[in-house]
Amino acid sequence: MCLGVPGKVVSIDGMLATVDFFGIRRNVRLDIVDEPVEPGDYVMNHVGFAICRIPPAEVEETIALYEQLLAAVSKEDLLAADIRSEIVATGEKKNE
Amino acid sequence: MSDMGANRLQFRDPARAAAMAEMLEHLVQEIGRDPVSVMHVCGSHEQAIARFGLRAIFPRKLEVIMGPGCPVCVTDMPEVDEAVALAEAGVRIATYGDMLRVPGTARSLADAQAAGAKIDVVYSVAQAAQLAAKLDEELVFFASGFETTAVATAALLLSGPPANFSILSAHKYIPPVMEIVAEMPQTRVEGFLAAGHAATITGYAIFERFVERHGIPVVVAGFEPLDILAGLAKLLELIRDRRAEVANMYPRCVRREGNRRAQEVLWKVFRAVGGRWRGIAHVPNGNLRLRDEWSRFDARRRFKIDVSRLWDYAPPSLAQSCICGNIMAGIASPSACSLFGKECVPDNPVGACMVSSEGTCRIWHQYGGQLDLRQS
Amino acid sequence: MSSSRIGPDAKVMLKHGAGGRAMRELIQQVFVGDAKAPADGGIGLAAMDDGAALRVGDEWLVMTTDSYVVKPPFFPGGDIGRLAVSGTVNDLSMMGATEIAALTCAVIIEEGFPRADLERIKASISAACAEAGTAIVTGDTKVMGRGEIDGIVLNTAGVAFTRRVVPDCGLQLGDQIIVTGTIGDHGLAVMARRYSLELEGELFSDVAPLNGLIRRALEAGGDGVVAMKDPTRGGLASALHEMAEKSRVGIVLEASRIPVSPSVQATGELLGIDPMHAANEGKAVLGVRPDAAASVLAALRSHPLGRQAEIVGNCVAQRPGFVILDTGFGLRLLTEPEGELLPRIC
Repeated sequence: MCLGVPGKVVSIDGMLATVDFFGIRRNVRLDIVDEPVEPGDYVMNHVGFAICRIPPAEVEETIALYEQLLAAVSKEDLLAADIRSEIVATGEKKNE
Repeated sequence: MSDMGANRLQFRDPARAAAMAEMLEHLVQEIGRDPVSVMHVCGSHEQAIARFGLRAIFPRKLEVIMGPGCPVCVTDMPEVDEAVALAEAGVRIATYGDMLRVPGTARSLADAQAAGAKIDVVYSVAQAAQLAAKLDEELVFFASGFETTAVATAALLLSGPPANFSILSAHKYIPPVMEIVAEMPQTRVEGFLAAGHAATITGYAIFERFVERHGIPVVVAGFEPLDILAGLAKLLELIRDRRAEVANMYPRCVRREGNRRAQEVLWKVFRAVGGRWRGIAHVPNGNLRLRDEWSRFDARRRFKIDVSRLWDYAPPSLAQSCICGNIMAGIASPSACSLFGKECVPDNPVGACMVSSEGTCRIWHQYGGQLDLRQS
Repeated sequence: MSSSRIGPDAKVMLKHGAGGRAMRELIQQVFVGDAKAPADGGIGLAAMDDGAALRVGDEWLVMTTDSYVVKPPFFPGGDIGRLAVSGTVNDLSMMGATEIAALTCAVIIEEGFPRADLERIKASISAACAEAGTAIVTGDTKVMGRGEIDGIVLNTAGVAFTRRVVPDCGLQLGDQIIVTGTIGDHGLAVMARRYSLELEGELFSDVAPLNGLIRRALEAGGDGVVAMKDPTRGGLASALHEMAEKSRVGIVLEASRIPVSPSVQATGELLGIDPMHAANEGKAVLGVRPDAAASVLAALRSHPLGRQAEIVGNCVAQRPGFVILDTGFGLRLLTEPEGELLPRIC
């Protein structure tokens, strides 16, 4: 419902920020962001208004979150793999 | 200092995506049901899923249903009629591109434009206000979209628009419709993927009572491919473990309490009222209308909008035969609808599911069903 | 399969000019009807190709005509004059005719149109003709009352001779799909200007005459170049759909190989528009036999207008008439745009 595109603030003039969207730039209004925004900050833009500031650390943290999720499941997979190899060793049919 | 441009690509890393798809398969097997049905309520989620071809890597037993989350599609005919009536009466209308071709009872704004009405397509409500400032005539902004978009409209009003500017609000509020779907008797939905940008505004605390009441989990997800896959994975994990909880998988933008400033701005200008959504009947508190204090900018007060003239041309009431509500709730498929492919076609859509370019009925009609493009 | 209903009150809508399915249906139903193909295996109206081809002796006479109504008439990277020459030169080139014999140019001008603008347009026309190695040899001028036409409309027609005509329906299984450079440039640049989107950056139309580029490709590939089309209205998606439908093959594209400039990519993300739906006016799509693909690619890249040429896909037997995109995550159908491109918020 909400096409949001992240961009980097290049300069600010009052409530209006010039934002770089990695190939194109446009003005974005800062009326509804709930924290101070400075040049160099990233913001999420929706219909020409910034709806939040994206803390740069969050990006790394999110990637870490996804890695965690993946790691949790592959751990279970390793367990399953152990069980599978036991089954194979006892001559039963391999579980696919 | 990380470059967000490059980081976007991290969220589009095909290798991680493939690993997540495997994870989804694994989780679905553990859950053991066929299918496991989850619903998202965001047109942008469906656009992203379609754009990145994610349906081709979802497990066969996972059903990701597109719920009533496209504000364009659920904008009811009478609301479009109001805009069309104004346009045909000679009032200049500014609108987001999405709404231009959505049909009302008889016509769309595009039809009105073809007949000579003055319609401006804008990217932002701010652009519409700038346009009004340069004009001698009235300009009505046809305000569509969910709460994420409504905050922009509200902020614009608070910043003092020109006197010849007014708002025709068709804004919608999403949380109530999740209740309706969760309460539909035949629903198979076991969990919801919540819209990341709406949640940026509202926060995710609002879902905590929902999960308690309905006993199903809600996961807030972003819109990059990894965001969506990880969101689904978390949702399946919660379903597997029977944990009716809220999880936030979009911490870059979403906090528990949301954007307080945006919420203040929103509720200062708008109030939630019950209303009809196209295809899904009455949604309590589902529509956003301007508060009385803002009546001077309310197009419904400034203009006497006479929609009855449009109804001379209205086709027989097809809306009653439209089963979009059931299709959106995942209970029926397009082939079950008596209007599908006959009175209801992409060129002449009756219901929401045919309006949206990613709508279930639209895809079925254009491609003869949901093509199975899964690689395995 | 047609979904349009033709009643006595049916009206022509903007979508009928947008280059996609609706336009093809209108042309087929109203204009083509049961038109017969020309004698001697020529290409006529029924083929709905970029132009027509008529046998003259042991050569083909290739003809095409186009009208230009672009709004605004001046846009970043070009104007309606440059477009009028390039569009017609490119249609002839897409048929395999790269030595342009001559062009015509008719103008219809709205009363009140600034003389200075008209002269700017004429200068662009001359410059584009020089690039293409051709000239306007005859034309027509009309003026209509204020409000009876919007600004200016141009029509150009072109003629050329060629020994071999390349149709747009010649694809077979295994053929490679090559694009001559970045896509979506013209459509998004014009849209940004038209809707006053106030975007700053390197967003320019790519409008250019391609006959020199295509000549090089044909010299290198010869009979190995089996289909050509320029992705104008409706973008790469529409061009490929047409080629796939007419050739009765499926096309699979690899998203990661499709060249897109950063500013077009960013604009597409911002406005919710797929660059593959947006027009180009200085690019071509070629269908090439596998054994000719490498040399055609090298030939394209040796030319200034083809530096970013890429092999982007190939033809398959499955799902004839459909275009499938491999996104890098999974496969999806590449849809055609419905009507004019509009910025979206949802």
